[in-house]
Amino acid sequence: MNFFEFAWSILPRLLDGTVVTLELTAFSISLGFGLGIFLALGRVYGKPPVRIISNGYIQFFRGTPLLVQLLLIYYGLPPYLAMIGIRISPFSAAVIALGLNSAAYQAEYFRGAIQSIRMGQMMAARSMGMSKVQAIRYVILPQALRIVIPSWSNELIYGIKYSSLAYFLSLTELTFTGKKIIAKTARTFETYIIVALIYLAIVLIVSQLLRMLENRVRVPGLGEHAEHR
Amino acid sequence: MVPPGDETSGNVVLRVENLHKRYGKEEVLRGISFELRRGETKVVIGPSGTGKSTLLRCINQLSMPDAGAVWLEDVEITNRKVDINAVRQSIGFVFQDFNLFSHLTALRNVSIGLTRVKKMKKEDALEKARSELARVGLADKADAYPAELSGGQQQRVSIARALAMDPKLILFDEPTSALDPELIGEVLSVMIELARSGMTMLVVSHEMGFARAVANEIIFMEGGIILEEGSPAQLFTHSKHERTKQFLHKITELYGESGDE
Repeated sequence: MNFFEFAWSILPRLLDGTVVTLELTAFSISLGFGLGIFLALGRVYGKPPVRIISNGYIQFFRGTPLLVQLLLIYYGLPPYLAMIGIRISPFSAAVIALGLNSAAYQAEYFRGAIQSIRMGQMMAARSMGMSKVQAIRYVILPQALRIVIPSWSNELIYGIKYSSLAYFLSLTELTFTGKKIIAKTARTFETYIIVALIYLAIVLIVSQLLRMLENRVRVPGLGEHAEHR
Repeated sequence: MVPPGDETSGNVVLRVENLHKRYGKEEVLRGISFELRRGETKVVIGPSGTGKSTLLRCINQLSMPDAGAVWLEDVEITNRKVDINAVRQSIGFVFQDFNLFSHLTALRNVSIGLTRVKKMKKEDALEKARSELARVGLADKADAYPAELSGGQQQRVSIARALAMDPKLILFDEPTSALDPELIGEVLSVMIELARSGMTMLVVSHEMGFARAVANEIIFMEGGIILEEGSPAQLFTHSKHERTKQFLHKITELYGESGDE
């Protein structure tokens, strides 16, 4: 079997793994997105205790290895969870660990974007009678989320690639599928090259989609280099 | 909660009583009191750093006064039990640097307060927003984003945004100071129209042409107090304090009489 015949023969299995990788990424990035926004808002607008908690969370998840966090949640937590009758699948554990970690990084991107919005926007919103929550929801976040897209794209790309760490939980995502194929066929180099090319294809497609999104929601004068009036 | 005063107090839209505010060691407002009747325009002048902007912000409580009271009609809005968000709906605020919402078109800038704060139906809000934009002469710019508008146009949109809420009064914080000289006139003529149509306005500005044209009274602030107040004619010809005379002379020289007709 030459390279192409081999690639063709293993592709169906790898695509099954790819689906798991995509699901893993989608769920964990979404978890990180929601939690990240609250952490960022907590850091910027929260009262001191909220700020300290948000800050501590971000420091912990950015300051410790993702793999350790993954192992902690999959192997470390279950005995305690079992006491309250909860069992956790490798997939859930991976989503939670990757999502909690991603939240810390996403929060920092959101915080930067929120803080780049001029104070006057909040004041104008409050002066027309919006509550702080309304001002954040209708004025601050719509601007911050547009501004954040280019840097947030990085986090999504990391998310896709770091999902391969779920390999350590024996989750049959793309990388672990490759490993299993190698165990049977012993064609290590070819298999990993194909696995790498699939990751590359996903990253390129996702980057392109995000660029399209960025253009679609673009507003003149927002997120571009500040123009002088 | 009945405000002190005579029978005509029913016409008082805004009453400021002995307002104090300090930032750290600096006492910015040291007991400011005045009234604004329905349909009146008062212009606040004074050297920079004398608390004019702070006064406006203490009135709608973008910053909290340390002492004193603010009454809007017959409600003491400095009372902590008052829902300040509800109160602010009826106090328009026009900023020096416009502060239009950057992600919204001119039209949506004007309608957002109607839909999100006043919970008006979207079609009704857009219709009202269109008519307010027309009132400031910008019907054709409805779909432009702030960054696509000149400073003068942005300020007119922000006036339309304030008007859309049907405010009881509008506070103007140096509305023309950030504008290129050739753009000041278009904003002032909108404000003059507004004053003549009976809007109640408190305007921090050194545009004496505007003051002479429409102000019922000029308030001269210095060092956190009101040094003198009176009609423009009174202040220009018979000011009681030498300091007022000097200051009026200086700003008339500096700012000229733009907006005068």
